[in-house]
Amino acid sequence: MVHRLLPRLLSPRRLLPPLVIVAALLVTWQVAVTVLDVRPQVLPSPLRVVEQGWAFRDALWANTVPTLQVTAVGFAVSLAVGWVLAIVVDFSPWLRRALVPLLVASQTLPIVAIAPLLIIWFGFGLLPKVVVIALVTFFPIAVGLIEGFAATDREASNLLRSMGGDRWQEFRYVRLPGAMPSFFTALRIGITYAVTGAIFAEYVGARSGLGIFMNQQKNSFRTDLVLAAVVVTAVISVALFGLTFLVQRLLVPWYRRDARA
Amino acid sequence: MPEQKIVVEGLSVSFGELRVLDDLSFDVAPGEFVSVIGPSGCGKSTLFNVLAGLREPDRGAVLVDGAPAGRETFGYMPQKDLLFPWRTVLDNTTLGLEVAGMRRRDAREKARALFAPFGLAGFERSRPGELSGGMRQRAALLRTVVQDREVLLLDEPFGALDSLTRTAMQEWLEGVRARYGWTVLLITHDIREAVFLSDRVLVLSPRPAQVRREVAVDLARPRAVEVVTDPAFAAAEAELLAALRAS
Ligand SMILES: Nc1ncnc2c1ncn2[C@@H]1O[C@H](COP(=O)(O)OP(=O)(O)O)[C@@H](O)[C@H]1O
Ligand SMILES: [Mg+2]
Repeated sequence: MVHRLLPRLLSPRRLLPPLVIVAALLVTWQVAVTVLDVRPQVLPSPLRVVEQGWAFRDALWANTVPTLQVTAVGFAVSLAVGWVLAIVVDFSPWLRRALVPLLVASQTLPIVAIAPLLIIWFGFGLLPKVVVIALVTFFPIAVGLIEGFAATDREASNLLRSMGGDRWQEFRYVRLPGAMPSFFTALRIGITYAVTGAIFAEYVGARSGLGIFMNQQKNSFRTDLVLAAVVVTAVISVALFGLTFLVQRLLVPWYRRDARA
Repeated sequence: MPEQKIVVEGLSVSFGELRVLDDLSFDVAPGEFVSVIGPSGCGKSTLFNVLAGLREPDRGAVLVDGAPAGRETFGYMPQKDLLFPWRTVLDNTTLGLEVAGMRRRDAREKARALFAPFGLAGFERSRPGELSGGMRQRAALLRTVVQDREVLLLDEPFGALDSLTRTAMQEWLEGVRARYGWTVLLITHDIREAVFLSDRVLVLSPRPAQVRREVAVDLARPRAVEVVTDPAFAAAEAELLAALRAS
């Protein structure tokens, strides 16, 4: 199946327009930096970013791996938390009333202020970073699922009940599959925040990772290497975003074929 | 008088201030086909919801063979076909059996046997989106009857179909009904459909609904399209039209 999906996701018709824009911006940037003779500490040219990034590829890679690990663990925790909350809320109206306002409130926490505290509390290990990633990504996932479950056609619930189905069967046969499109939309939003969340957590304090790498390079005025790390971050985020489409085609192949749902 | 299969006694239902059913009573004999016709919004679907056990009436009772009705009596086919896109057509039709705890293999075997008489042979593994409107309705009906409930509740099953498909479906339903001997309650807007398919037609008044008139249709079964030229057909049609006009 995958071999049929990849070409469609990577078709020229989809990839060309954004690539053209990016190329135009890079050329403008390159020309501007050359003509205005900007110091590389202030703004390096794109070519210099690539060149230096390549020269420091070992250091970049060594810091990419821990960031990927943190992202994976953090996002997995976030998925688990989001699913558990959404299911609990779907089964209990009382817990829905109790939890939904708290979920919203959790999103008003200023992560900038919280992250350093997390490091004070939990140290430089995995835990504070996982908490930061979970905090910034569980919300769209939980909300996407809660709304997906709740969007179930009342008449579909009635049909299940007329068949003698209980609440669990209604969930399993109707609410859960019906929420999948909404879940995948939420997943895409969540995953784009996951990598930046990881970088941010590392920026505040870590032993290795792209975030701490950026921080160190910034302190030694290596703007070009900061930007090289930014490029790596962007590539990871886009790749993970694309991956969600692949997973969606594999897990809910019916969704595109019959959009009427 | 034959022993009644279903006795509906003095049903009343309100939604807050809105009185929808008011002291509604009627009965249905075993093997009888009864249509319910009435103005839009008068409470026909609400009546079916009560029969199917989805809503408690404020007053009144539904008796089946003399005992209070349970959930297991009625096979309910809602107004929308509600075929799920994440299931194949076959697995949509086995839903009720799976919910009742039948093993998936047995459920499939049982439903598959009905695909040919329901004109769905060869579409077992298709997705609902690949079916025509008429086929979707037949699949929804198959999902209802395969549960072996004693009485079928069909809520405007052909309402969304074009008139050619609808006529074909009516003939087909007349045929399979004769073959399986179902007891059926049918909601429809279509007077012709009601006369063609029914032994008896109940005309409901506007909200709050009561049975305003009962019209018996004395035409031999099984019926073919030609029956519409029968004077008794025209007479029943005229009587229903008059009853609806008066309401
Ligand atoms: N769950 C509900 N809550 C409030 N009002 C309802 C509900 N269901 C139906 N109604 C109202 O009850 C009336 C009868 O509805 P319904 O039984 O669907 O009519 P019909 O099927 O005859 O067109 C309508 O006015 C409708 O708006
Ligand atoms: Mg209705």
